[in-house]
Amino acid sequence: MATARVVIVGAGPAGVRCAETLLGAGITPILIDESRRDGGQIYRRQPEGFTRDYATLYGSEAAKAQALHQSFDRLRGAIDYRPDTLVWNLTPGQLCCASQGRHSTVDYDALVLCTGATDRLMPIEGWQLAGTYSLGGAQIALKNQAVSIGHRVVFMGSGPLLYLVASQYVKAGAEVAAVLDTSPLSLRLKALPKLLARPGVLFTGIKLLAQLYRAKVAVHLGIKPLQVMGDAANGVAGLRFITGNGQTVTVQADAVALGYHLRPETQLGDLAGCAMAFDQASSQWWLATDDAGRTSVKGVYAAGDGAKIRGADAAEHAGRLVALALLEDLQQPVDTGLRDEQQQALAVMDQFRLGLAQAFPWPSDQAKALPDSAIVCRCEMISAGELRRTVKQKGACEVNRAKAFSRVGMGRCQGRYCSQAGAEVIAAAAGVQVQEVGRQRGQAPVKPLSMLITEEVSS
Amino acid sequence: MKGRFVRLAEQGRPTVSLTVDGAAVEALQGDTLMVALLTQGNALRQSEFDSGRRAGFCLMGACQDCWVWTRSGERLQACSNEVRDGLDIVTTQPEATWPLHG
Repeated sequence: MATARVVIVGAGPAGVRCAETLLGAGITPILIDESRRDGGQIYRRQPEGFTRDYATLYGSEAAKAQALHQSFDRLRGAIDYRPDTLVWNLTPGQLCCASQGRHSTVDYDALVLCTGATDRLMPIEGWQLAGTYSLGGAQIALKNQAVSIGHRVVFMGSGPLLYLVASQYVKAGAEVAAVLDTSPLSLRLKALPKLLARPGVLFTGIKLLAQLYRAKVAVHLGIKPLQVMGDAANGVAGLRFITGNGQTVTVQADAVALGYHLRPETQLGDLAGCAMAFDQASSQWWLATDDAGRTSVKGVYAAGDGAKIRGADAAEHAGRLVALALLEDLQQPVDTGLRDEQQQALAVMDQFRLGLAQAFPWPSDQAKALPDSAIVCRCEMISAGELRRTVKQKGACEVNRAKAFSRVGMGRCQGRYCSQAGAEVIAAAAGVQVQEVGRQRGQAPVKPLSMLITEEVSS
Repeated sequence: MKGRFVRLAEQGRPTVSLTVDGAAVEALQGDTLMVALLTQGNALRQSEFDSGRRAGFCLMGACQDCWVWTRSGERLQACSNEVRDGLDIVTTQPEATWPLHG
């Protein structure tokens, strides 16, 4: 079956390494990417005409970014690369795609989902105000467009991205009002043995923190968020929180970057019927795969953060490994040395990601403490109180049922930014564990499509 | 009106002229619509569910908070579409709005 039609969705670190490995084994994949340029979110390329060098753009990750871009540039002419194309639905053996207002289908024998992740958000009162952005969004503003999201920016949340983006802002000359981490120092110390699985990465993290302290940025650990201050017309004016010592503090700012690590983009796998698994460490659902990236559906594979949140380095290894698994399933010869290398690297990264989950936990308690007036669904302005009433008055203790009644998760972002927090609110109101309230099902189209889309007619 | 976004580098690019709600706006080549609008104003659109203004959220084409429209009614994500000379953008949605909260 050397002519198997293999389609990879996503041209980030996992997708590019997967394509490269397949091509090396004589298979020419189709690589579909929603973005106009390769690199995914993490190694997103700046537009043509921008002149910042790799060191400025990617800091400690410059060499990796450059290597991935160079690999892609070598591949590009040899594979069937389809940028600016959204895979919006799938049926067994066929993808539904949209590109520049045109619909087309792509048949596949094997599908590799390298769909990446988005920021994982926990709402806070006032987070719907203009000027609140996701942490990843704040980073894209700087990396891709050389702008700061505000004149004075507060960074709040937890996880490595918090410190990375804040330090990138400082380095680029932006005014950083404060860095507020909901996780206390004690958890970081407890997680040290696991974090030491990757001493280099740990050291980079410590350096970032040191840079922030050197720049005299106020860094608070173990905080409790209270409210994004401001008004509907002008947006963000500040942020109120409780320090680790119990003091209530207000920071003046016109922008807030908010995020708690990442959540996987699992919609396509979900639509393909792939089994999902609840990850206890990060307290979220993701695709159930074997160690090499095979999902429960034959011929459907997943790699990178879209399968399991382990970061960009792991995504490169997982991309290669999933390609090798696919080759094996196609009865092709497999480079076992290369496979062992990827597995060994990933074992270390698995250990490290458990350390990160322990050091910077998802703040599920915040959902319980969220005031009734706080908005959970930013798209349609639905409050925590409305969601709780759905649970208590209608008995809707399952995420999709509660969504039907309350519309939390039914807006245009399709639950990407509210459904995990919504599940926590539901679970707390129902008095059960979050995994017991289920997860929001993927729905096609996985992103809004224009009604004007036209079907491509093949000649 | 004070801009929301602040340019920190890459300011030597050629300029591009577009129209936003009938007014001429100068942007830089390679700017997304979001950057073009938010370096000169504080929001992109009006929320149709409350009185709030919206200025985008995720910048990666996932949240759908940054919709703007062309004069002819085509919807664009401001975060993932670049400015072009002569582009005529409106920031109020052409369809009816349905306020849920008063």
